Amino acid sequence: MKLRAFLIGGLIAALVAGPLAGAVLAQSNTLFLPLLVYRTGPFAPNGIPSANGFNDYFNLLNERDGGINGVKIAWEECETQYKTDLGVECYERLKSKGPLIVNPFSTGITYQLIPKAPVDKVVIHSAGYGMTASADGRWFPWVFNFPMTYWSQASAFIKYVGAQEGGLDKLKGKKIIHIFHNSPYGKEANPTLEDLARKHQFELTLLPVDSPGQEQKATWLQVRRINPDWIYISGWGVMNQVAVKEAAAHGMKMDHVVGNWWTGTETDVVPAGDAAKGYKSMTFHAPGNNFKIHQDILKLVHGKGKGTGPKEGVGEVLYNRTIINAMLDTEAIRLAMQKFGAKGAPTAEQVRWGMENLNITEQRLEQLGMKGLMRPLRVTCDNHEGNGLALVQQWDGKKWTIVSDWIEPMRDVVRPKLEAAAVEEGKKLGYSPRDCAKEK
Amino acid sequence: MIYREAGQFKTTYAADQAIFPIAQDRVFIALVALAAFVAVPLVANDYWLQAILIPFLIYSLAALGLNLLTGYAGQLSLGTGGFMAVGAYSAFKLTTAFPWLNMILVFVLAGVVAAAVGLLFGIPSLRIKGFYLAVATLAAQFFLIWLFNKVGWFVNYASSGTATAPPRTMLGVMVTGPQATAPVRYLMALGMVVLFALVAKNLVRGRVGRSWMAIRDRDIAAEIIGIRPLQTKLLAFAISSFYCGVAGAELLFLYLGSVETLAFDINLSFLVLFMVIIGGLGSVLGSFLGAAFIMLVPIFLTNAPRWLGLAMATDTQKHLELMIFGGLIVFFLIVEPRGLARLWQITKEKLRLWPFPH
Repeated sequence: MKLRAFLIGGLIAALVAGPLAGAVLAQSNTLFLPLLVYRTGPFAPNGIPSANGFNDYFNLLNERDGGINGVKIAWEECETQYKTDLGVECYERLKSKGPLIVNPFSTGITYQLIPKAPVDKVVIHSAGYGMTASADGRWFPWVFNFPMTYWSQASAFIKYVGAQEGGLDKLKGKKIIHIFHNSPYGKEANPTLEDLARKHQFELTLLPVDSPGQEQKATWLQVRRINPDWIYISGWGVMNQVAVKEAAAHGMKMDHVVGNWWTGTETDVVPAGDAAKGYKSMTFHAPGNNFKIHQDILKLVHGKGKGTGPKEGVGEVLYNRTIINAMLDTEAIRLAMQKFGAKGAPTAEQVRWGMENLNITEQRLEQLGMKGLMRPLRVTCDNHEGNGLALVQQWDGKKWTIVSDWIEPMRDVVRPKLEAAAVEEGKKLGYSPRDCAKEK
Repeated sequence: MIYREAGQFKTTYAADQAIFPIAQDRVFIALVALAAFVAVPLVANDYWLQAILIPFLIYSLAALGLNLLTGYAGQLSLGTGGFMAVGAYSAFKLTTAFPWLNMILVFVLAGVVAAAVGLLFGIPSLRIKGFYLAVATLAAQFFLIWLFNKVGWFVNYASSGTATAPPRTMLGVMVTGPQATAPVRYLMALGMVVLFALVAKNLVRGRVGRSWMAIRDRDIAAEIIGIRPLQTKLLAFAISSFYCGVAGAELLFLYLGSVETLAFDINLSFLVLFMVIIGGLGSVLGSFLGAAFIMLVPIFLTNAPRWLGLAMATDTQKHLELMIFGGLIVFFLIVEPRGLARLWQITKEKLRLWPFPH
């Protein structure tokens, strides 16, 4: 009986004595943006900087501008551990608070939410991830994946390889391996790579790595046997660190190992030490923290003790990506507020319009303090991918540097396939397409 | 005082062998059923239905399936996730190939396919026992998941490898797909759970259940008294896999809406096994209690700080949740190693004597 009482007491004490942190409570008349994050589990190395970026950008807007057009942003984090069922639970819980835009931050969770979006009238923004087919806005009005999709990214990678080899015609007979996380996310690039392999006659090998990806010995033995010219990696979480380490350990030419843009942040390469030097990855924005937006965040958010995560994290690759993600979302909300003149929070319908008519110009980027960080972007009714371009960055042992020009994806290859896939995916869900010419 | 059976005379064998021989139990169960079927769909909001009750019912069914195999027949299995995946993917293939097929029938047929697969993987149970059998079923788990990942046919060659529940109607009401409302899906899951729980309860009270328990307690002795181990063990595997298969199909069609193989990984097998152990091995009620504990306590722990007005960092909260949850499991196993069902039984016995215990 004593033991029982002791245990009960201990459990209650543990419950009550949890360390306390800053409170964020949703209020009425705020712009509510739920954050599906993963700060624990095997994907936390990538989840933490991503979540910090969102928090800091929202804090910056609230601190510097008093929110958007005077309406404060409210947000709430929900831990998903990158698991789809926990993601669904989070979505259902936060749905009742009237979210304007949901960023699932996981392709698996995005797949879960896409069918729910038009029913619940919630805008889903999977920035640079998610289901490629949802870029066809005629079939998927509620889902956005600008600035770019996986398919466009894969085509940009092949274009880059072609440029390095001295022309796309030189790809013939070259051996390219795609090592991917064995999940919807990792598989996403495969159809495009297969199409391009047929078109440009390079030998493509697809090697899956089972989640979470700590165990890759067998995969890399195969890689060594094939002795590829180029390796493309679609990894996430711990898989990235292991893949970079294995590539180095197996003596691959690191400048011929290219990650997709989720496989190229500081935490992915640092554990491999000097061996990671030369490793490349795709991206769609600049690395580093020497932009005006970073000065603002350091001064107005971290300077006032309201920063999330360490100061040194400001300017990491994934951090930059999520402040861009947050900027795109908040700009869409701003646009919706301007258009519909809403006092207070706009409706999700209005925000959907804002997303669809988003036009981030060079001038606007300068006002936002992001000039040079990313390219101007324009979204239309039928193209929810936008007109994003890709970059290649390289790790020099200390920091990432951009080593390519802006690469235009092979839109002539990707778009027709994408439209066909949209028809297929849309029909599965019983959708019918809308006519974009009739939209205002 | 309230809960006692004095004065309730049983005059027929049927009355004596009823599932709930005590009148108060019958009233209680009837009230619970009424609340579950009528009050809950009217009162509960989308979050409760979609994120808590529907998964609870589905996991209960899976736990029930595993309990038949592990709790009653004594065959330890770690292949639950794999058998659930078989159910999910065969239901998906069935309904995409024959869109006119009634959804209930699809679920049942998916269960039958899972039963066949379970039968196949149950064959080694004749020669290997205990932990060794667990390892053999583990092979089933990994093989099945690998198969569904590898062969595109199972997901109709979707490039992402996800199976998406297509919209289907029954009696003019949308039951699956994004348009299906949460109350409809909840009622569907509830109806099937109640039906299958009744079937299970009667199975374990009858000849089949008794032969399973005989095999569990001492297989040689069981053989001597005339129970054939091959048929009995394989039947346990088949019926257990049937339940798991139906639960897997429900997981896809009534809960998640689209699944990848990751949803059925080894963690799911462990989760269901924990439900059975915590809830009580060899108890139908235990499957429900275990599923409720494993499913609902983490969700409660996630929400509790907010209800209490405590705001803490997301990661701290998650870590705390895992610590408390782990602590609670250890606590319950120490306090009552025979599971929550046993606690319930003790409560009932105490209630009988209340308020004048000896």
